[in-house]
Amino acid sequence: MLQTQFMMREEDSRDLQAVLERLAVDARARGVFVVDKTGQLIGEAGEMMGVDSTSLASLAAGCVAATGGLALIFGEEEFPTHYHQGERDNLHITLLGERMILLVVFDERSSLGLVRLRVKKAGGELARIFEEARKKSEAQAASTASPFADITDDDIDNLFSD
Amino acid sequence: MSFINYSSREINCKIVYYGPGLCGKTTNLQHIYAKTNPDVKGKMISLETETERTLFFDFLPLALGEIRGFKTRFHLYTVPGQVFYDASRKLILKGVDGVVFVADSQIERMEANIESLDNLKINLLDQGYALDSIPYVVQYNKRDLPNAAPLDEMRRLLNPTQVPDYEASAATGEGVFETLKAVAKGVLTNLKNMGPAQTNPESAR
Repeated sequence: MLQTQFMMREEDSRDLQAVLERLAVDARARGVFVVDKTGQLIGEAGEMMGVDSTSLASLAAGCVAATGGLALIFGEEEFPTHYHQGERDNLHITLLGERMILLVVFDERSSLGLVRLRVKKAGGELARIFEEARKKSEAQAASTASPFADITDDDIDNLFSD
Repeated sequence: MSFINYSSREINCKIVYYGPGLCGKTTNLQHIYAKTNPDVKGKMISLETETERTLFFDFLPLALGEIRGFKTRFHLYTVPGQVFYDASRKLILKGVDGVVFVADSQIERMEANIESLDNLKINLLDQGYALDSIPYVVQYNKRDLPNAAPLDEMRRLLNPTQVPDYEASAATGEGVFETLKAVAKGVLTNLKNMGPAQTNPESAR
């Protein structure tokens, strides 16, 4: 069944943030971002807080989607890791399960080997957090009404009353 | 797939503008970008060819305000309309919460409209969605052109199930925000009514 809603509860967000902050330090990364495959930013850590993370999320998802399309052409199910090398900054992109993308930005203070090592370790923890969040989302969707069940047409109209 | 973040109190939703090549999908987003308060919009991204045709997608994030303490953010995407970019169109529909079909009102583009609408239905089914199970509106664009087809005829061909539809001229902005409001309202209403996740591919038109 297709899941049409994904929720991150506060405790899951805290766990996620702790893993991302630790990864940023351990990998000596400038920034660490988690994006879902539809282009939504799920979490971020590191020293790049001023970056346009909304655009970053959308473009990273597009990049992963296009690369996944290329993989299919070659008979691969997926290319689970991509690496983009720049003059100053480098991007390491890894797929986390079927839904999430982990993006690590690093410069000369780190190395590809270190990033790969730390990403591998953090990847398992992140996958566990998202699996927990997914189960909770599904359980809530199956057992309770939407948290927005009581919004009214007026609430919606008010969004557009500029 | 909407994303609800309880920690940052945000709802994120994805709306895709679909339609044949040169129907005005990018022009819709450009008008929204131009006429929206800088506080509520992010940067508009256009991945286009050297001749300014959409190559992969356009992207415009909008923050519409708060609803019951949650910030509502809409991510607007266009697809490349040209027939041979079908692989890209499929990718962009991933996780869609609402669709705007932008039809080109010029009589000579009617075949292209029908082909694009059929393509939308097929590509949505590939993602596990049926067109009539997601918030969906139709925009008849370029109504200001002298060779525009009669509205009744367009409705008959492109909107047989009578979803909300709007006449527009994206180049002048007419009908652009009405279309956006209608699809955003559909997405939020869907969120309001959402219980268990559901799809019904067999009910595709």
